[in-house]
Amino acid sequence: MRLLLLLVFVIALAVPVFNRAAPALFGFPFFYWYQIAAIPVSSALIYLVFRAEDREP
Amino acid sequence: MTYPAATIVFLVLIAAVIVLGFTAGRWKAGDMSHIEEWGLGGRRFGTWVSWFLIGGDIYTAYTFIAIPALIFGAGAIGFFAVPYTIVCYPFLYLIFPKLWRIAQRHGYITGPEFVRGRYGNRWLALAIVVTGIFATMPYIALQLVGMQTVIGALGLPGHIPLITAFAVLAAFTYTSGLRAPAMISIVKDLLIYLTVIAAIIVIPAELGGFGAIFAKVNPAKLLLTTPPAGSSGAYTGYATLALGSAMALFLYPHATTGILSASGERVIRRNAVLLPAYSIMLALLALLGFMAVAAGVASNPLFAAGFKHYGPSFAVPALILASFPAWFAGIAFGAIAIGALVPAAIMAIASANIFIRDIFSQFFAKTGAGRETFIAKLFAIFMIIGAVAFILFIPLTYAVQLQLLGGMWIIQTFPAIAFSVFTRFFNGWALLAGWAVGIATATWLAALNHFAGAIYPFHILGITLPSYIAFATVLLNAAIATLLSLPLNALASDRAGDETNAADYA
Repeated sequence: MRLLLLLVFVIALAVPVFNRAAPALFGFPFFYWYQIAAIPVSSALIYLVFRAEDREP
Repeated sequence: MTYPAATIVFLVLIAAVIVLGFTAGRWKAGDMSHIEEWGLGGRRFGTWVSWFLIGGDIYTAYTFIAIPALIFGAGAIGFFAVPYTIVCYPFLYLIFPKLWRIAQRHGYITGPEFVRGRYGNRWLALAIVVTGIFATMPYIALQLVGMQTVIGALGLPGHIPLITAFAVLAAFTYTSGLRAPAMISIVKDLLIYLTVIAAIIVIPAELGGFGAIFAKVNPAKLLLTTPPAGSSGAYTGYATLALGSAMALFLYPHATTGILSASGERVIRRNAVLLPAYSIMLALLALLGFMAVAAGVASNPLFAAGFKHYGPSFAVPALILASFPAWFAGIAFGAIAIGALVPAAIMAIASANIFIRDIFSQFFAKTGAGRETFIAKLFAIFMIIGAVAFILFIPLTYAVQLQLLGGMWIIQTFPAIAFSVFTRFFNGWALLAGWAVGIATATWLAALNHFAGAIYPFHILGITLPSYIAFATVLLNAAIATLLSLPLNALASDRAGDETNAADYA
């Protein structure tokens, strides 16, 4: 499950993948909206790990 | 007074926060003569208070001014703050709940105390202490700069307002301890969220939408430059800047203090999920840099004096003054100024915790609980006075350069703190040697950059690999600590000095 945390690094640091202007969304070039979108995605991944590991009620 | 309405709103907010700071000591009251109460809020902050406190701790006034200023001046590279504040949370999730558990069981209130307990080596702990205090001092100073910029934008005269604000800060830090910034951070965050939401609704509407804003940015600054042949160029520069900053973030004493004041491991894990909400706010704030470009504030004669005095740091205050009615500018500036007081208070308290537990009691004299707290309180005031003196008497560029160096220094404590939570493979002296080499090479490489650039182009096997200096040197540090630990463990093992036990790490 903790491998999902590795995915956070891959998503956020894959610079060559997201260093482009198109496709734009709501006027935001890809570079910007991709990284903003990566924030809730990463948070969700950490949540999945938290839920799997959390032992308390 | 250039902006009377804004100034009045600003002053009312600051005054309210000061009252809150003094009354905070009575909140979930404890015995304030005990250092765990004064300096760690009694380790009883739940998920939400911790969320506000840690958020106020790491998303500071300096960030709100400096990141948009970097985007305003240099473009896309400044957006590294977003991946930085994404990848810091897996580190928070993996490392710090364990550190909290060990600290709680053994009564530690600082990172260096854990390292001393783990290795029985007070010199290794001292190295971490010195690194922490040297990295923190310019950081507090830059919080003052953030505050100074908005005070200057309001047209308030001279240094008097700043000195007054920090005198009051020193006073409520003394009386209320960590409860003061915890409580104030709630107000600060509500104001910051309000400002950011208003900004992303109002300003793009004034400027013709986000598409129009990005269209006005110089295309060369909109994206990272594609690397030339034989080099990984801006790609590795950007990624290592984010990763290295993330590794360093929670090693700062003020961040550790914020984390250790949580009421449990679970609070920290939940915050690794919840704190990214601040990163969204930071990303939107960062884009204020481009909005300032599109609004043309730099060529507006109204702001010429401000830009001349504060440089690109004036971009956000100028944009706020240009886009909002004066009373709302007062709220926004109040939010930024309070955003300086919160981390400055935590930084002073964190430094004081470290001073009393890791310097005074180790190298001077053991003290009783009451006197321990009293000395810590005095040291917190000393840190605040030091930071004010820093700003008044030393050119600003030195504070910025020292802050840059501070990040490269503090990351060198990563092996000793982060690795030690998982393994006792390392030898204390090997970690100390790795730290020393890391500090020396990082400082040397920064000097080659004239203390102006964080990224150094390394040439390896005919390829150029630009890297954040902090990241490259901490790898060297870890390699040295590993290689030296092998012979040292065989010849002079220090495992007997470990006062923690295996059950702490399960």
